[in-house]
Amino acid sequence: MSVDTVSLSGWGRTAPTTALRFRPRTYEDAALVVRGRGPRGVVARGLGRAHGDAAQNAGGSVIDMTALDRIRAVDAVAGTVVCDAGVSLHRLMGTVLPLGWFLPVTPATRQVTVGGAIGSDVHGRNHRTAGSFARHVRALELLTADGEVRTVLPGSALFDATAGGLGLTGVILSATLGLRPVTSSLMSVDTARANDLDEALARLAACGDRTPYAAAWIDLLARGRSTGRAVVTRGEHAPLDALPARARRTALEFRPGPLPTASALIPEGLLGRTPAALLNGLRFRGSPASRSGEPQGISTFFHPMDAAPRWGRAPGRGGSVQYQFTVGHGQEETLHRIVRRLTLRRCPAFHAVLKRFGEGGPGWLSFPAPGWTLSFGLPVGLPGLARLLDGLDEEVAAAGGRVCLAKDARLRPGLLAAMYPRLPEFRALREELDPAGAFRSDLSRRLAL
Amino acid sequence: MKDAFGAPQSLLVLGGTSEIGLATARRLIARRTRTVRLAGRPSPALERAAAELRELGADVRTVAFDALDSASHEEVLGKLFTEGDIDMVLLAFGVLGDQARDEEEPLSAVRVAQTNYTGAVSAGLVCAGALQAQGHGSLVVLSSVAGERARRADFIYGSSKAGLDAFAQGLGDALHGTGVHVMVVRPGFVRSRMTAGREEAPLATTPAAVADAIVAGLRRGAETVWVPGALRVVMSALRHVPRPLFRRLPVR
Repeated sequence: MSVDTVSLSGWGRTAPTTALRFRPRTYEDAALVVRGRGPRGVVARGLGRAHGDAAQNAGGSVIDMTALDRIRAVDAVAGTVVCDAGVSLHRLMGTVLPLGWFLPVTPATRQVTVGGAIGSDVHGRNHRTAGSFARHVRALELLTADGEVRTVLPGSALFDATAGGLGLTGVILSATLGLRPVTSSLMSVDTARANDLDEALARLAACGDRTPYAAAWIDLLARGRSTGRAVVTRGEHAPLDALPARARRTALEFRPGPLPTASALIPEGLLGRTPAALLNGLRFRGSPASRSGEPQGISTFFHPMDAAPRWGRAPGRGGSVQYQFTVGHGQEETLHRIVRRLTLRRCPAFHAVLKRFGEGGPGWLSFPAPGWTLSFGLPVGLPGLARLLDGLDEEVAAAGGRVCLAKDARLRPGLLAAMYPRLPEFRALREELDPAGAFRSDLSRRLAL
Repeated sequence: MKDAFGAPQSLLVLGGTSEIGLATARRLIARRTRTVRLAGRPSPALERAAAELRELGADVRTVAFDALDSASHEEVLGKLFTEGDIDMVLLAFGVLGDQARDEEEPLSAVRVAQTNYTGAVSAGLVCAGALQAQGHGSLVVLSSVAGERARRADFIYGSSKAGLDAFAQGLGDALHGTGVHVMVVRPGFVRSRMTAGREEAPLATTPAAVADAIVAGLRRGAETVWVPGALRVVMSALRHVPRPLFRRLPVR
């Protein structure tokens, strides 16, 4: 097990802090770290894709889980996989896709670990039908504060606290996941332009079960009548008979190499607002007004974050902040107000995506809730950004919505209880299971979780 | 913890009656700061300052702290850090002294040097160690342009600030990569109680402006902040002016 002292930050590169990083290769090593922790506690970290401070622990220990990366068993008949928590979704996809299976939920990047996906209870474009990641977890092994390993099954209180629990209930060591069958590795994608926010919402709402995956890229710099214009993409796994004959022979091949799109070559966040607005206009007009059945690879359709060049990930000098919120159905007016506020401020937002959520998961701190969700990134150096986002927090909380904690780096602790009504249960369970506060992160300190 | 914009949740002001310190505390309370500790010699002014900040909604406590009593720093400040994380320490104490009298009475000049320099060195080192142990935090040190080039009119104060400035810069380099951020703030002439009755220098500023610059510096993660910013250019020119010429300048 290697140990070093490193400065760690989230993907947004804001607020770095220093911690002792352990890289265990076995469960026993991980248990040793938890038992031998210092007074400032310990937290698990995967591939560091959380935008905020969820996987850093100032002055304490951080367990880098990426060396625990064995895929233990794949049941190609029943469609389940048992793997260590440090396995990335990228590797998992490469393993199960040739067998005719696919991950039921995939976020905008494949470079997250299974443990991280459970701890943040990530969601994909198919949340409306498939729910979030934890829904497909059949069982998990959790290393708790006493250094013991417990098997946690869905339906238990510990499972509900761990799903979306940001690593604060323990270290997830392994998980059993359910998979979904696919006949090809290609997606059949419909694209349509929406000239304003109402049209985008209508198009997303009209998605039937034929196209379970749906999301809209939204142009947050367009003003006037075009406010909230968007490009809605919907998709499904292409059935074998829909593929061209040449592609049928290698239908299940996993080809991760993404074709860089124009927006991937030009890191949006590095641009000023005028070039960003022009680029958004080009992207909008360059998209087909309406096209259906276009075959797309998995990377292109699901993982825009992986296509962006590494150096473009954190725009500006100080890094970036991501903001994602959800408001319920019937709160479209709040969504409109927030989009108007952003466009009036001319914020050079990037990766702005609008989606529709279905039923929420059982996780107490799990983010998705039925309704609409909008996410975007902004360079942290933007003048007045802190106050603007504080204002958005209040609007979201007033509408009964919430902000995603796995992406957060700046929320005010006071609003948390309103956004996550099951927080008292979460705190009570932690108090009981981990009275000394063994599992801590900068996020848990900042928000007093 | 500090948020993505560098706004701290807890603040320790060393020199709890400092106008710049209090102006900064007010601005930070308007952002994220909920816990404030004002360290200084016990006095009605210190309690008044605490009461004023309490009205803004923060949890404020005063701590008896004497910059001149270096031997007590370890105990007094160490205890504060055991009570919970401190995200930002603002080293704001300092005395201007009275140049004419200090030149006559070496002991009172020594007092200026001890407060501004040795007191700050011991308090700074204690805080730096504690911040390093918690793995994060900012140490903001109030230096002065007077330390950039000694002037006839205030070289005793200036030399103490020059020492402090060099100390803080070195400390910042020593702590680089430990998660602790050291920021040196160099204000010009600040209109405040400390300078009341003195002739104003060009590019004078106010405690509020210094506080704004500190908050902006925290967001950027700046290592050196000049207030006003134009002083950076002015002083880099002034420090290279030959001494015979410098002696003749009206601002000396």
